[in-house]
Amino acid sequence: MNWISNYVRPKINSLFSRREVPENLWTKCPECGTMLFHRELASNLNVCSSCDHHMAISPRDRFKALFDLGIFTEVKVPDAVADPLHFRDQKRYPDRVKAAQKASGEKDAMLVVEGDVARTPIVAAAQDFSFMAGSMGMYVGNAIIAAAERAVQMRRPLVLFSASGGARMQEGMLSLMQMPRTTVAVQMLKEAKLPYIVVLTHPTTGGVTASYAMLGDIQIAEPNAQIGFAGARVIEQTIREKLPEGFQRAEYLLDHGMLDRVVHRKAMREELVTLIRMLMNLPPAVKGDLPAPAEAGPAPPPDAEAVTAVPEDSKA
Amino acid sequence: MNYLEFEKPLAEIEGKAEELRAMARSNSGMDVVKEAEALDRKAETALRDLYKTLTAWQKCQVARHPDRPHCRDYITQLFTEYTSLAGDRAFAEDEAVMGGIARFNDQPVLVIGHEKGNDTKTRIERNFGMARPEGYRKAIRLMDIADRFRLPVITLVDTPGAYPGKGAEERGQAEAIARSTEKCLSIGVPLISVVIGEGGSGGAVALASANRVAMLEHSVYSVISPEGCASILWKDAERMREAAEALRLTAQDLQNLGVIDRIVKEPLGGAQRAPKETIEAVGKAIEAMLKELSGKTPDALIRDRRQKFLDMGSKGLAA
Repeated sequence: MNWISNYVRPKINSLFSRREVPENLWTKCPECGTMLFHRELASNLNVCSSCDHHMAISPRDRFKALFDLGIFTEVKVPDAVADPLHFRDQKRYPDRVKAAQKASGEKDAMLVVEGDVARTPIVAAAQDFSFMAGSMGMYVGNAIIAAAERAVQMRRPLVLFSASGGARMQEGMLSLMQMPRTTVAVQMLKEAKLPYIVVLTHPTTGGVTASYAMLGDIQIAEPNAQIGFAGARVIEQTIREKLPEGFQRAEYLLDHGMLDRVVHRKAMREELVTLIRMLMNLPPAVKGDLPAPAEAGPAPPPDAEAVTAVPEDSKA
Repeated sequence: MNYLEFEKPLAEIEGKAEELRAMARSNSGMDVVKEAEALDRKAETALRDLYKTLTAWQKCQVARHPDRPHCRDYITQLFTEYTSLAGDRAFAEDEAVMGGIARFNDQPVLVIGHEKGNDTKTRIERNFGMARPEGYRKAIRLMDIADRFRLPVITLVDTPGAYPGKGAEERGQAEAIARSTEKCLSIGVPLISVVIGEGGSGGAVALASANRVAMLEHSVYSVISPEGCASILWKDAERMREAAEALRLTAQDLQNLGVIDRIVKEPLGGAQRAPKETIEAVGKAIEAMLKELSGKTPDALIRDRRQKFLDMGSKGLAA
């Protein structure tokens, strides 16, 4: 370094660092390109107000908007063996998990909670696609079993929001074995004659669709959610033809008889309450009397490069 | 004989022995017996050495060997009075899954399995053992029959995976697999599975959520194909050797992980070299497993099966 760089640099640096422009105030809708103000987007549950595109929403934010006054309690999920295969690809598996834990503030790809929705007690579980593609490993299996057991114990329905790329390859066959394992969890609910409602969100594919996510008494999907077994790219390579518009999307599945309903995220709460109260033989909810969900909306979706707040009580 | 890529040294030795014998046949004066026998011994040593330490990727190749006995061969040799049952009663008959009622050691049972086919024509008919939703729905229907008439169910698993096709998706491939797994877990009769070749992901689980799962010594059972895993995690499908190793998909690994219950030894050089003995060994294993489960009540069978999967991963993990 010579005297010029010594002299000039600090000045330039300070000039740039002083410009503290707040970031993430605006999110661009990946579907229609509309710039959405973060507060507006959050109060709209991460749904684009211009084209109704449903962006990702974290399990915690979803639950804040679902439960009365945004209050819910976490159901404890037993820990799983951390790295049973000592799996290493380009990165070590435990490092991938740690990075995902740090980014999301959650332990793994599924959160299980209980609480009241319009004074209707339920157990709910939601999968987090931003956590290693929502992949199903032993922890997710444990979460679904814990959710089912809690629902049976409290005689409550289970509502499950799925979002996953499938089984977690880094746990090898132990992840595949979550297919029968979670199916046993669903059977617990069925034998206890408790409703099991699946809400398929974007995207739900692979071993997750081929197990607990397709075994609901009632199958609901969010609009335009991708739902399928094989990935579209694999199918195109296999059959060597282009897939039709809307293939594997919620509306396409509804047309093919694979779903009961496609429901807008903003209407989901009321829809779930109505259904659950009928299935549980409860009197209809008195609409004017419903406690509102939490006022604070969710954080912007992760695909919009927004920073998600880390909840204090969920440090792994 | 179809030689696998890693069997090249063996192919050379056996080729030489064959050449010598052919020469002797055309020249009656030549005595090559000694030399040929020496080569045979050398070939056997080479074969033994090759198969003593197969890598995970080599096992994948053996498991996919076209000359390996397939489901149909097992049914022909091990069962009598096999009466195939067809169709899912909703859309089609899927020949990638075969099944029916038959006798095993005179006992009536229900047998279901993936069939890959053994030449171009049958492979196409069988869709290379990749089932469509109809195959799984047929399996569900058959398991219902077994449950109603108290027939033990034996499944033979050999599939690269469920078929990834447009129609298969439209008709609910995922749902069909989920329901088939669910059916496996709710029938009140013994359910025994043997992985005889490839256990390809969800398409295998749908038939193998059983009381007892056995694997042939050189068969594989995996959450994803090594090629698929390599292309996703290594971004390079050519890294399948590393992926195969990392996935721990061999029978030996899976027994250590508590995923399967039993390994059936294959003859020297793999099932493709001695199909008859292999099938016989599988028959013995099925017999033993049926015996382990005999006398259990329907409730106990269901309970044990479910508990086995609930416990998986929490107990007996060789860490």
